[in-house]
Amino acid sequence: MSEQYLLEMKGISKSFPGVKALQNVGLQLRAGEVHALLGENGAGKSTLIKVLGGIYHAEEGEIYVEGQKVRIDSVAAARLAGVSIVHQELVLVPYMTVAENIFLGREPGSRFNIHRAKMTEEAQKLLDAYEMNIDADALVEQLTIAQQQMVEIVKAISFQSKILVMDEPTSSISDKEVGFLFETMRMLTKKGVGIIYISHKMSELEEICDRVTVMRDGQTVGTREVKTTKKDDLIALMVGRELTNYYTRDYQEPGEVILKCEHISDGKMVKDASFELRKGEIIGFAGLVGAGRSETMKAIFGLTPHMTGDVYVNGQKVHIRTPVEALKYRIALVPESRKEEGLYRVQSVRFNSTIEVLGQFIRNLRVDVKKEEEITQKYIDLMATKTPSQEQIIGNLSGGNQQKVMIGRWLATDPQILILDEPTRGVDVGAKAEIYAIMNELVKKGMSIIMISSELPEIINMSDRVYVMNEGRVTGCLDHESVTQEAIMQLAAK
Amino acid sequence: MTSRMKNSVVKYFKDNIGIIIALLLMCVFLVIFPTTRTTFLTPKNVFNILRQNASNLFLATGMTMVIILGGIELSVGSVIALSGCVAAGCVVNLGLPEIVGFAAAIGVGALVGMFNGFVICKTNIPPFIVTLASMNIAKGIALVYTQGAPIRCMTDAFKFPGAGYIGPVPTPVVLMIAIFIIAVLIVNRTQLGRHIYAVGGNAQAAQFSGINVQKVKFIVYTYTGIMSGIAGIIVASRLYSGQPTAGDGAEMDAIAAVVVGGTSMSGGSGRLGGTLIGVLIIGVLNNGLNLMGVDSNWQYIVKGVVILLAVYVDFIRNRKAGR
Repeated sequence: MSEQYLLEMKGISKSFPGVKALQNVGLQLRAGEVHALLGENGAGKSTLIKVLGGIYHAEEGEIYVEGQKVRIDSVAAARLAGVSIVHQELVLVPYMTVAENIFLGREPGSRFNIHRAKMTEEAQKLLDAYEMNIDADALVEQLTIAQQQMVEIVKAISFQSKILVMDEPTSSISDKEVGFLFETMRMLTKKGVGIIYISHKMSELEEICDRVTVMRDGQTVGTREVKTTKKDDLIALMVGRELTNYYTRDYQEPGEVILKCEHISDGKMVKDASFELRKGEIIGFAGLVGAGRSETMKAIFGLTPHMTGDVYVNGQKVHIRTPVEALKYRIALVPESRKEEGLYRVQSVRFNSTIEVLGQFIRNLRVDVKKEEEITQKYIDLMATKTPSQEQIIGNLSGGNQQKVMIGRWLATDPQILILDEPTRGVDVGAKAEIYAIMNELVKKGMSIIMISSELPEIINMSDRVYVMNEGRVTGCLDHESVTQEAIMQLAAK
Repeated sequence: MTSRMKNSVVKYFKDNIGIIIALLLMCVFLVIFPTTRTTFLTPKNVFNILRQNASNLFLATGMTMVIILGGIELSVGSVIALSGCVAAGCVVNLGLPEIVGFAAAIGVGALVGMFNGFVICKTNIPPFIVTLASMNIAKGIALVYTQGAPIRCMTDAFKFPGAGYIGPVPTPVVLMIAIFIIAVLIVNRTQLGRHIYAVGGNAQAAQFSGINVQKVKFIVYTYTGIMSGIAGIIVASRLYSGQPTAGDGAEMDAIAAVVVGGTSMSGGSGRLGGTLIGVLIIGVLNNGLNLMGVDSNWQYIVKGVVILLAVYVDFIRNRKAGR
């Protein structure tokens, strides 16, 4: 007699045109456990979750809940089976209240007469039960991203689900809120709820998860107990090889100052930021969300209308008012949020790779297709981007590969100063290591890199010097010999 | 070089195979159908179809760019009326040479386009609203200027662009080919063309890419205005008069042609090649229904159904291709 699982998925297979997304995948979830689902981007985690949630239909495979075979062919059927999903992307309606969102589609009262007061009251009860300091009557658009995330979770819980899936719930919330989220998760597991937890952050795994299932290339490669498994073993399982050097960095003596910024201000988020960058070095920018790091870079890049302060490139004072002018001084900025500020999602990898350098192959009503293909291929190779072809629509690539195309796009402009804003956000470990290695190569060849990142290990291991910002000001600069997480956090709160 | 050309021809057919088949099926049907068998496939009727739809092609090339840009342009029909009346008015009321009238008509089109572009760039008002407003304004100006009555203009030079011939080929057909080639060159072979796709695909990313988003929008709306002005000349010339009610609903035919041609209303993607077929489908449909003697009230219903079908088939095909 085998153990009865809360949820068992057996032999799940699912194809998309040209891609076998899932191949004979199995997953077993016990009641009262937090079960991590690990894997690189594109390994098939999200697809598996969408099959469980009734958004995709698997061609093969069976799903059992508490030993009973269930058929999940719609979102409603998934809910009926006791499955709730907190998706990675927020799916709340911004112009409705928190209460309306929580009860969307199952409002109390009759079809034509919704009991608003009752709805708000019940929603508030739920929010209070989890000690969330959120007003049920507030409009969702007025909440912070983190608060919206919490509302999503309350909404998912409110279905009385036995099985809760969380797809990277901590990617956009602060440490304090993460602690709170974990508290809530522990409360739920005590009640016998099984939680499937997707995250790229290894540290969270040890803190909250009991078991972990690793996926690679659309298949499950193993399930382990978290307590008895080493981190390196998990990474090796995920990437399918040993990652000997996660961070690649050869420190060298930097050259002369190439970019000097003094008293940068944008009239809003940035108040007084000064720093300098030397040839062949990586400087990191650390700080809390909202400290004004991205805004400082946008101001320098000519994206802010009311920027004040002095910028010197190669010792020469410059006035950069538009991104075109920034490109003239060979400054490139890979923006923070890929989806909103970077990708042309419906277009091909090639279109996305060459949009900055059209002048190199479009001239006098002629498009040099061969040249365009060469440029695209050069940066696909350099960045080791995995794509079936140059014509592939970029929206169909994994996050890591999209990011590689983004970085390649800006490298094509041949910058001397490369600004990377959260270069590894939503990028899997394998691709992360590759991006670090490429950054190392670039500075060795004389490029200078500014990296904004909220991941302290990344900042600490990759930077020559770390600038820390708080409330629009640079509060300090740490050498790579003396930099520690504690020192950064102290400056970040200064 | 030749193999590359061959490739692009093959790609063209592959991309548009659904609507090309639809167009061919319609033609085959009209060649077989008893009442149209003798009338449809005559040189006269074919030129007739092209002549009648030249103005729609002008509008649709501009509309394709606007929709790829993520916008919409509703004032093109009214500009047909206004620019036609201005052209006729210059000749009849002011005694100016026809060529000046035509230039004024194009100028009026450009002005409306610039107005649209300017307001859309400088405010956050959606293009739908802005062009809805300018549609009414342009139409109103045409009615006020003519006091509601057509301005007749029967000179040969005035008739030339819409009703004349260059050799055996009707003038509007020649113009239509020229304009189409120019539009294809702009969209496919200039940086501006790429920028249109970029702005429509993701305006914020385009800004980060150093693309002057407002300039691109302004140029495209102005271009569309000029195209509407030219369309106005053709229509007025064909009717021998500037009519304040000409071009009623023309914007909808243009949008229909673009959408049937496979351009997505959400912006960022689309092809002029598809729009050309779209214009022909709408043109053949109108012509066929007329030849078959279908009641004009019923024609609207048939047209609506065909548009829906064409777009639905395309939608299914794209879903299968996983796009």
